Amino acid sequence: MSFLANANSISWLIGGPQGSGVDSAANIFAKTCAKEGFHIFGKREFYSNIKGEHSYFTIRISEKAVSSQLEEINMLVSFDSETVFRHADKVSPGGIIIYDSSLAETVLDEVPSIDFQANKRIGKLLEDSGQPLNLSGMLELAKARGCIVYGLPYYEMIEAVAKNLNDPKLSKLSRAVNVMAISASISLLGIKKDMLISAIQEVFGSKPKLLSSNIEAAEYAYSYIGTKFDTKNIKYKITPKDVLKDYVLISGSQAAAIGKILGGCRFQTYYPITPASDESEFLESNQIIDQVDGKNGSVVVVQTEDEIAAITMAIGASLTGVRTATATSGPGFSLMAEALGWAGMNEVPLVVTMYQRAGPSTGLPTRHEQSDLLFAINAGHGDFPKIVLASGDIEEAFYDSIKVFNFAEIYQLPVIHLLDKAISSSIQTCKRFSNDLKIERGKFKSVIDKNQSEGTAGHFQRFKLEDSPISMRVPIGTENAIFWNTGDEHTEEGHISEDPENRNKMMDKRMKKLDLALEKIAENDKAICYDFESDSKNVVISWGSTKGAILEALEKLSEEGSKLRFIQVRLLHPFPTETVKKFLTDAKLVIDVEMNYSSQLGSLVQQNTGREIDYKIVKYNGRPMSTTEIYIALKRILSGNNERRIILDGGT
Amino acid sequence: MAELKLADYKTTVHNDWCPGCGDFGILSAIQMALSEMQIPRHKAVIFSGIGCSGKTPHFINVYGIHTLHGRVLPFAQGAKIANPDLEIIAVGGDGDGLGIGAGHFVGAGRKNVDIPYLIFNNEVYGLTKGQASPTLRLGEKTKSLVTPNTNNSVNPIALAFVSGFTFIARSYSYDVKHLKDTIKRAITHKGIAFVDVLQPCPTYDDIHTREWFQGKNKPDSEKAVPRIYKIEEAGYDGIIHDESEVNEKMSKILEFSSEWGDKIPIGIFYQNELVPSYHERIAENIKDYFARPPSNQEISDIENKPAARIDKILDKLQIN
Repeated sequence: MSFLANANSISWLIGGPQGSGVDSAANIFAKTCAKEGFHIFGKREFYSNIKGEHSYFTIRISEKAVSSQLEEINMLVSFDSETVFRHADKVSPGGIIIYDSSLAETVLDEVPSIDFQANKRIGKLLEDSGQPLNLSGMLELAKARGCIVYGLPYYEMIEAVAKNLNDPKLSKLSRAVNVMAISASISLLGIKKDMLISAIQEVFGSKPKLLSSNIEAAEYAYSYIGTKFDTKNIKYKITPKDVLKDYVLISGSQAAAIGKILGGCRFQTYYPITPASDESEFLESNQIIDQVDGKNGSVVVVQTEDEIAAITMAIGASLTGVRTATATSGPGFSLMAEALGWAGMNEVPLVVTMYQRAGPSTGLPTRHEQSDLLFAINAGHGDFPKIVLASGDIEEAFYDSIKVFNFAEIYQLPVIHLLDKAISSSIQTCKRFSNDLKIERGKFKSVIDKNQSEGTAGHFQRFKLEDSPISMRVPIGTENAIFWNTGDEHTEEGHISEDPENRNKMMDKRMKKLDLALEKIAENDKAICYDFESDSKNVVISWGSTKGAILEALEKLSEEGSKLRFIQVRLLHPFPTETVKKFLTDAKLVIDVEMNYSSQLGSLVQQNTGREIDYKIVKYNGRPMSTTEIYIALKRILSGNNERRIILDGGT
Repeated sequence: MAELKLADYKTTVHNDWCPGCGDFGILSAIQMALSEMQIPRHKAVIFSGIGCSGKTPHFINVYGIHTLHGRVLPFAQGAKIANPDLEIIAVGGDGDGLGIGAGHFVGAGRKNVDIPYLIFNNEVYGLTKGQASPTLRLGEKTKSLVTPNTNNSVNPIALAFVSGFTFIARSYSYDVKHLKDTIKRAITHKGIAFVDVLQPCPTYDDIHTREWFQGKNKPDSEKAVPRIYKIEEAGYDGIIHDESEVNEKMSKILEFSSEWGDKIPIGIFYQNELVPSYHERIAENIKDYFARPPSNQEISDIENKPAARIDKILDKLQIN
């Protein structure tokens, strides 16, 4: 089974020890291919470690837009032995492996960063096929499947580059081995050298010394392939496409940060945590904001002492009328629960950008999961209104970053924007984002006329009980509008009240905002149904980052004659029951797909619509779902398999 | 503008503190300070934590934000960073600030946001009926404790100093004039100002009572000699004029902070405005921060279109 419709689409992987430049090499490769007119989807995998453990970056390049990864690899690029040990068995027949020829005899047991479990697994693979427990054994296995291997003597190549550059500092130059590896792969793929050089210039442009040595290294490796190897029978060659006009190559955390800037976020707090910190750091490095009127705006990014301070500081800032957010991941969000209730109680607009990772507890801190859905919905004690919106990909992350601020201000409540590591750390070619969006601030004034204060002694009724559950909001510091806030139940002015009648009125007022939100929020922000109009009766339902992989799997199934509907639920709370019910009309099979153990969306669907989930496809090994494995699982279900819960286990 | 009177800073909200509570003196001192400084009512915001002291904002006729247990400082700092034009005062109890909120106390010292912070220090958790607070000393047994206190006490003055507070003072709730003057100094101080306000809890603290502070219960003296003395009257000046003075002051502060029993110092132990405030640190990177802080930026035009342009950022990510 292969997802490669034609040769002009490739699944590529580079690996290496953390800190050896895997990320920058992958970025150069991605940029090079994007410049050639290809769509890119790249996914980062790394350990919770700074230096030495195995990290890798998979990149799909394709003529068509892609937003998911595959199980198979068509080209494996390495400069250490561990990458070959861990990934060579995933290289498809006809695929290519680039490796360091001096490492051919490396013994599996001698690679200290390969943990016991992986060592056992790889060892068994080699033993079962009668191969020696070394790198050559791995390569022989791959060759037996029809893979082509290219051994590069990196050390000798570096020596040659040093000679060309007249620079004897070999150890420094040896750091360019990552660029040599990708340059070799680019040469093998038949991509023109100038695109590679221009990508290197973009990545190392600000460091002239690194730039020249990397270009020299790249040029050398590029020509080395041409002169030393016969590359005619390579299956995977790509031919340049039309230029991708007005496209950006961007990560999810960058997209969310840029959305915040456009959406008017001017204050963000955070406490360092993977994978959420990337967003705050990007925001801070763009803290001076260009404006249409030629003036500069700015966003103040504050690193706090913990996540409780992060959310409470953000709430304090929001009270001054500023669009405010905090960004975190599961463990940090756990600490924020109490303050979330305070924001709900005091009707404070607040955005919490929640980058999920694999839990519980510290879990797999650098790995993938969507297991905080029910927690996000239920976070905080007592009943209070909040909105939970989940983006399905990098582009949605951008546009939703603006929407969540609108929701927060229109409904005056905390909004949790659910993302996960598969969105934040992945990169993708996206159509350049539009500036043409609306900022909606709801009932908000910063000037109050003296006669408008209606409370006792001329106080402002911040929580005025009227027909609408939403009252006029003013920033603290506004003249003629003094009010109070308290986490206690309170009067219209915000003073403590334990009166039972007042309590009911205030609870009703706050909770009714959820009904209003359900009434007013646009249908395609609630849920989207792909192929609803078709006559397909089998339905896949999911949320968040699984979108890309599902859509591609469904496309392939459709080509094969099995059409399925796909419901992507975006608004998770308040739950868009009517919308989802409509999309489930006539459904024969309902298949819930989620990257968590307990099918959390599935239980929400059942609870709200009454419709049972027929099949569950789940994954919780910390690796994101690939199109390949979703496709296979759906095939099994459609062919009458009676397993009600399928656990996916792909990924390295 | 008409002069604001003391009464203008009072609300009509029923005050439910116990009769004789030290909080009353603190409340009056805050109201007097605001009135004497003629701070416009809408410009002032009182942030509080949870506990008896947490109710303070409801009795003061300015903006009042009654937050969560232990979290008053980050709430207040967020507001002050977003809008440095506000006159923000943070208040809370000793359990609030030095128990559950101790991490924020340390964090606030490191940031030096321009806020005065008053701890109503009565050694007990009053509103939950008299448990030992972080300032009650080891082995002391107030009347609602089952056994003598098994925890040692924290030294708030020393903690404030090592955390980086740039103004550290102590006052006493029944010396309203001293307290009011100290609060005014804390408000005008540039940076984070900590005022440790000693305060009897007439209901639960039967050890350090008003009489105890007055020295009336000393067994060996005929005449009551108040335990509290003013360090300025003893010739001490806590103001730092030059960084080289900090080390010398440090030992003095630690000495003062460990005095207790017969002699309890109050006054300004330390004031150092040579340390840049958090706001000044922001302005290093955002040059027009004081003129256009987050709260003073238009984020959209009259057609609700975003004021920001993201083109330059996107250009850097553009493929070709």
